[in-house]
Amino acid sequence: MHTLYNFVSGPLAWLAFIIFFGGSIYKIVSMMKLAKKKDTAVYEYWDGYYALRSILRWITPFATVNWRKNPVMTVVTFAFHICLVIAPIFLCAHVLLVKEAFDISWWYLPDGVTDIMALIVIFSCGYFLYRRKTKAEVKFLTSSSDYWLLLMVVAPFATGFWAYHQLFGYNLMFILHMLSGEIMLAAIPFTRLSHMLYAIFTRGYIGSEFGAVRHARDW
Amino acid sequence: MGEPLLKTETRDIGLDTGMAKLTPEKIEKVINEVLENETGAKLKVYVDTCVHCGLCSEGCHYYMSNDKNPIYSPAGKVKQTIWEILDKKGKVSPEFIRRAAEIAYTECNLCKRCAMYCPFGIDVAYLMLVVRRICHKLGVIPQYIQDTAHSHAATMNQMWVKEEEWIDTLFWQEEEAAEEIENLRIPLDKEGAEIMYSVIGPEPKFRAQLIYEVAVIMNAAGLDWTMPSMPGWDNSDMAMYTGDNELMGRLKKEHFEAAERLKVKKIVMGECGHAFRSVYDMGNRQLGWKMPPVRMVHALEFYYELFKAGKIKIPEKYSKGVTLHDPCNVIRGRGLHEMSRYTVNKICSNFIEMTPNREHNYCCCAGGGVINCGPPFRNKRVVSDRVKAEQLMAAKEKGAEVVIAPCHNCHGGLEDIIDHYKLDMELKFLCDIIYEVMEKPE
Repeated sequence: MHTLYNFVSGPLAWLAFIIFFGGSIYKIVSMMKLAKKKDTAVYEYWDGYYALRSILRWITPFATVNWRKNPVMTVVTFAFHICLVIAPIFLCAHVLLVKEAFDISWWYLPDGVTDIMALIVIFSCGYFLYRRKTKAEVKFLTSSSDYWLLLMVVAPFATGFWAYHQLFGYNLMFILHMLSGEIMLAAIPFTRLSHMLYAIFTRGYIGSEFGAVRHARDW
Repeated sequence: MGEPLLKTETRDIGLDTGMAKLTPEKIEKVINEVLENETGAKLKVYVDTCVHCGLCSEGCHYYMSNDKNPIYSPAGKVKQTIWEILDKKGKVSPEFIRRAAEIAYTECNLCKRCAMYCPFGIDVAYLMLVVRRICHKLGVIPQYIQDTAHSHAATMNQMWVKEEEWIDTLFWQEEEAAEEIENLRIPLDKEGAEIMYSVIGPEPKFRAQLIYEVAVIMNAAGLDWTMPSMPGWDNSDMAMYTGDNELMGRLKKEHFEAAERLKVKKIVMGECGHAFRSVYDMGNRQLGWKMPPVRMVHALEFYYELFKAGKIKIPEKYSKGVTLHDPCNVIRGRGLHEMSRYTVNKICSNFIEMTPNREHNYCCCAGGGVINCGPPFRNKRVVSDRVKAEQLMAAKEKGAEVVIAPCHNCHGGLEDIIDHYKLDMELKFLCDIIYEVMEKPE
């Protein structure tokens, strides 16, 4: 167990971060290069002001017609994405780990807060699953990969919650927590989780087209 | 008007015979050629970014009108076409291509409303155009719309209008006018005029009165204008919708060059949406023009400028209750919604908004070449726009008797909807009303 722990928290963690950062940079740079070659219009029509206008509009809850039409989804998806990003970065235990290893540290959230954030992520994933299973228009689009993605995202939070509360078999959970977190990180650039990298470009581009060329709103 | 209402009947000679000529090898080859040579990051990123959340669904009138059947949601249509094509790397059957063609040509108006509902702004219209491009290269295209593309290729106009027919039509309109307004002219090939006025092929063919009305408006406003006698007068473009990008380029080149030859300052175009998309968005890009090489003024902007400058006088406003349809290609495509409202308020005393409106207005279900796919798909098109009928009905209940549809395709589509749902509303172009209520010179 100890060797496994060392492996998962050492080399594998390095590998995951390298794949995540390296892969993300590779994906973005290669797509930008490909766009330069094949979709020059994207560069021609890109407009910083209108791209930002669209992005800001869409990252504000209830600021668009469709966010207002789907209030439950809006609340859940915003809560989910905020917690998903904030909780791991500002979790006390993570900050301490980094401090021990590299002697760099930053501000962290009280444990009670991150605990609730983890629960929000878990319940949000539950809601996404429920939506996939019950809403015809979502079900129609769903394939097995969508379930795998959901599992990949919920796993680090569920195991982290488990380990933090020292429930049954938490030593194993601790290892699974690290492992699943690493899998998720490494998967971001190479699965549809890459919407994390691309969203800013797709939204920005349609925002540019709608704003600068079409003189219309895109929300 | 129009063909008798058929039962849902998707047999189509173009699709059926096109499919019969396909082999799996040809399909794979053509698909991979298109994907390799004509698509790039945009397609890849759109497909990788879609998280299959279904939030685009309510953006689509097909989906909303067909009892929220998921096969009609924007992402649902992408799933049935391009996802599968990419998954199988082009190894799909002739039957698959036929169905993909039917979806891309007849179950999507390319109206881009869904781009305003997808949180990522994924442009499903672009993806459907990629599918149409593949189908075009495979020769699986609904017969009627392909016929219009053939007309474009042979005559440089959409309706097989011969050169002398075109000129005759203009003379005929001049003659008609003589009774009402002496000396009304439709100046042909006047070099150095300020405005070249261009229309779509169906205007001389079926709706010549619109040319007449605009001539009266031009005349009353004292404008220096002309129309070309040679090819290039037609600004329409069904090639854009069949996926024949090369022909689209040829057509737009002819159109822009007609204006260059006449040395005009701008092109004013009639009340047509798709033609505007062709000159302002797609055709110019095909030719490498970021923006059109000649200033393009759509009728809605033109009327707005006229009224803003006080060039047209309205002694008494139109008094019937009117509602206004916002055509996708000039509203989501060019943001002319406030200008059209300005004009409507100038000429009508009782304007009733339908909701949703402006950028969020429901499509007419005729655009994107769908109405041009002809009778086999008419029923589907009308049934698939029930939400539009409901929208019109609600406006009617508030007192709207007349629907203003400043776009030819919208006009055709709404005509069928009004007829099918027995809405009993009158349909007009904006220039119909301007002409009716304006102060005309003797």
